[in-house]
Amino acid sequence: MTYPIATIIFLALIGFVILLGFSAARWNAGDMSQIEEWGLGGRRFGTLISWFLIGGDIYTAYTFIAIPALMFGAGAIGFFALPYTIVCYPILYVVFPKLWKVAHKYGYITGPEFVRGRYGNKYLGLAIGVTGIFATMPYIALQLIGMQTVIGALGIPGHIPLMLAFGVLAAFTYTSGLRAPAMIAIVKDLLIYITVIAAIVVIPAELGGFGAIFAKIPPAKLLLATPPAGSTGLYTGYATLALGSAMALFLYPHSTTAILSASGPRVIRRNAVFLPAYSFLLGMLALMGFMAVASGVSSMPQFAAGFKQYGPSFAVPALVLNSFPAWFAGVAFAAIAIGALVPAAIMAIASANIFTRDIYSQFVASSRPQTDTRVAKLFSIFMVVGALVFIMVIPSTYAVQLQLLGGMWIIQTFPAIVFSLFTRFFNGWALLVGWAIGIVSATWLVALNHFAGAIWAFHVFGLTVPSYIALATVVVNAVVAAVLSLPLNAMAPDRAGDETIAADYS
Amino acid sequence: MIRWLLIAVFVLALAVPFFNQAEPSLFGFPFFYWYQMLIVPVCALLTFVVFVVEDNKRDGK
Repeated sequence: MTYPIATIIFLALIGFVILLGFSAARWNAGDMSQIEEWGLGGRRFGTLISWFLIGGDIYTAYTFIAIPALMFGAGAIGFFALPYTIVCYPILYVVFPKLWKVAHKYGYITGPEFVRGRYGNKYLGLAIGVTGIFATMPYIALQLIGMQTVIGALGIPGHIPLMLAFGVLAAFTYTSGLRAPAMIAIVKDLLIYITVIAAIVVIPAELGGFGAIFAKIPPAKLLLATPPAGSTGLYTGYATLALGSAMALFLYPHSTTAILSASGPRVIRRNAVFLPAYSFLLGMLALMGFMAVASGVSSMPQFAAGFKQYGPSFAVPALVLNSFPAWFAGVAFAAIAIGALVPAAIMAIASANIFTRDIYSQFVASSRPQTDTRVAKLFSIFMVVGALVFIMVIPSTYAVQLQLLGGMWIIQTFPAIVFSLFTRFFNGWALLVGWAIGIVSATWLVALNHFAGAIWAFHVFGLTVPSYIALATVVVNAVVAAVLSLPLNAMAPDRAGDETIAADYS
Repeated sequence: MIRWLLIAVFVLALAVPFFNQAEPSLFGFPFFYWYQMLIVPVCALLTFVVFVVEDNKRDGK
């Protein structure tokens, strides 16, 4: 099925943001040959722009498709997105203004650079940096898949539209740097707010109210199952999923980039207060999964092909096509597609910053301002093209599995980045060993789950405690790093390598 | 140390056995759903209180 009116509106909105992306280079322009300008927007974004940029980072096309899809398919467990995006903000408030301050003083543009400066250990910086790039790659691929789902829902076949969209993305990322996603994020969020508000007004009215929607959800999916005797069941599964995801969130390179581009620590703290507005929106979006169940779209013949191809991910596109006039479906799909472009651009830039500062200039050639920016710009193209090739060659289920692994990996940088902002107790080599053990044990447990489940049933003193693998393994990582730090600090002290001073952290 | 108030955010958001209930429902929403939606603004307010108190202290210095 094709939807000409929706397609025209969709293309018009996408065309508009692409123009915006290219013109962004001139917005408040600095010297674009400096990597701090290209890759960090000159650290000049105020509260409002940071709000859009960090919001554009966290609440992506993948989120808009995957969270309702999880509610649609699995039920209540999908609502973990809410506590996740609640508890991440106290972490943002307490931890990241500190990172901003030290990064600003020493000119760091990435998290790994801070770790390298703190321990004088470029191998630890490399490990943290490579983790970030590897965790980001499948994340970009998933943004592409989110975009592909809405393009497919419009009835446009093939890979060509996607290649075009991401070709343009690579081009404006190259020319405008971080200013492009910052500007586009404003349009994206306005469209998303319009879509979600329309959805919660129009769709429940069509379906007979929220009471009628919830009444159509099978009881087993409406609440978490009560744990069996001797187990904490989904109670700990749900809570650890939320907490672990929140701890990992701001360690992703694209989140760190958005945070470091703020104009000061106060902007970050204020955003910890105002960003939860998006969480409320996310809760509403999650409920669109239940609206899709209640509306019965999965058994309508016109959507059969879509569900066959995209699975539960098709729930939101089908619901939108079924509930709204064609022109508004175009607006909603444009919101999702732009919701893919914004984070994908930030992810490409963030990975490029890491490649340049933590890999290239440390291990290939020494850092010079002019070459830094050129290397970063080229690497950002590599990331986008790499993700595009990735989803064309590899089935999309692998991208989802790798994204799951990416979450397990990125959280292993928590001790090195977060603890180091509060204490210099740890030894750099001990953190590296802890990191390695965390990565290996998390990957191993996910493999035992056949790369399908994020939760593992741990047995503690005769009690079964199902937990998010990422959270459990980062605890092991931190304990190993702490225990090893004692002898290593005695035998191979590295405190002299610390280029920062205690006053940087007050 | 007003920022210890932020601990409450974690307690409210992660007390799963407490909020994994259908009743009392509100406007057709089971408790599980409206509770978690409700604590979003509540927790934002707690963070706001911490922000305002710390901000005033900083200016006072």
